Amino acid sequence: MNKCVERLYNGIIKENPTFVLMLGMCPTLAVTSSAINGLGMGLTTAVVLVMSNALISLLRKVIPDKVRIPAFIVIVASLVTIVQLLLQAYIPSLYDALGIYIPLIVVNCIILGRAEAYASQNDVLSSAFDGLGMGLGFTLGLTSIGIVREIIGSGAVFGLEFADKIHYEPASIFVMAPGAFFVLAMLTALQNKFKAPSATNVEGIEISCGGNCASCSGSTCAANHGILEAQKAAEKAEKLAQAKKAAQAKQAKAKKED
Amino acid sequence: MAHLLMIFIAAALVNNVVLSQFLGICPFLGVSKKVNTAAGMGAAVIFVISIASVLSSLVYQYILTPLHITYLQTIAFILLIAALVQLVEMILKKMMPSLYSALGVYLPLITTNCAVLGVALTNVTKEYGVLESFINGFGTACGFTISIIIMAGIRERIEYNNIPNALKGSPIVLVTAGLMAIAFCSFAGII
Repeated sequence: MNKCVERLYNGIIKENPTFVLMLGMCPTLAVTSSAINGLGMGLTTAVVLVMSNALISLLRKVIPDKVRIPAFIVIVASLVTIVQLLLQAYIPSLYDALGIYIPLIVVNCIILGRAEAYASQNDVLSSAFDGLGMGLGFTLGLTSIGIVREIIGSGAVFGLEFADKIHYEPASIFVMAPGAFFVLAMLTALQNKFKAPSATNVEGIEISCGGNCASCSGSTCAANHGILEAQKAAEKAEKLAQAKKAAQAKQAKAKKED
Repeated sequence: MAHLLMIFIAAALVNNVVLSQFLGICPFLGVSKKVNTAAGMGAAVIFVISIASVLSSLVYQYILTPLHITYLQTIAFILLIAALVQLVEMILKKMMPSLYSALGVYLPLITTNCAVLGVALTNVTKEYGVLESFINGFGTACGFTISIIIMAGIRERIEYNNIPNALKGSPIVLVTAGLMAIAFCSFAGII
């Protein structure tokens, strides 16, 4: 029981996918134009995450190690299709609002990341709770970003307008595409300012998911990390070469002066 | 012809894949530090998305529709894309080593790129034929390349500017992306 609570705490607070790990940026930016959309997307992802974690944990001894990524992708894609059909049947308004971003849950790195990092190595119950924690953490992130954008952009919270349009002119850019970038920029700037633990303010890492490849190792993102590492190494070598050159030039100059 | 041109412009500029649909944000923020690497990534994306949109459209029209299993489109497309990227990598390695050395490192990055799956799904929801799908895919990828190269150019300049400490790193990149998105909003008037 203790472990389940620990997984929930880990997902919602300690390793919150939106605020700390900075994973799944596409839906975070795309569907948070209102709080209710953010909440819907978060809960949909959470449902998929719980089911995929449980299923992958059940199958972890059956799936051969070599083909585990394609196997995970098929499992996740099937679950997403099921959830999509359920949404279409029972909550058509949310289905219309989220549109293409529902099938795109398949390529959300949180899901493959959790499958690879946790569910493929742990028992069913704690994997399911890990998925629940991460899913709720993601929901919390999306909903709070949605609330901020909705308040600034349309003067409302969950569709309830709190301000009359005479005294408060909403900056509608915040519910449009650019606003998503600005809100996320403010969020990461605040995290930098207060040195909050986050993937974006780890020394020397500049990638949307923070290059946090420990949490999604084995996915193709790891290759991304490889490129970044190579880039960094090349930059370092260049700097070293430059420093050496400068030192040599200095020495030559000193010799000349002698 | 005018119809196809319209699809191209709409896909490349008006509904820019990164700045108005938020697909492919990871490479857009991660691989946009230098113009050279950004251009390489853009070329690889054009290559893969163009092929993937044609193939997914063929699969949808000639396999999924006759068998009445169109609800399996997500599974079919994601498998198709993953297999395609592997295949393209192998073929390039064998047949065109020079192109492989230019694009090779970026290819694995594209498999889980939501832009590829996004284009395939958009083609289906908009009921495009094979040729229209190709134009839409090509246009979308061109839009991605345009925005990632502009972004890399701006970031190269930002390197030498004096930025407030809190904004260093990703915040300033996101602000830049937001300003670019405002600029791209104005393309909405051209169609």
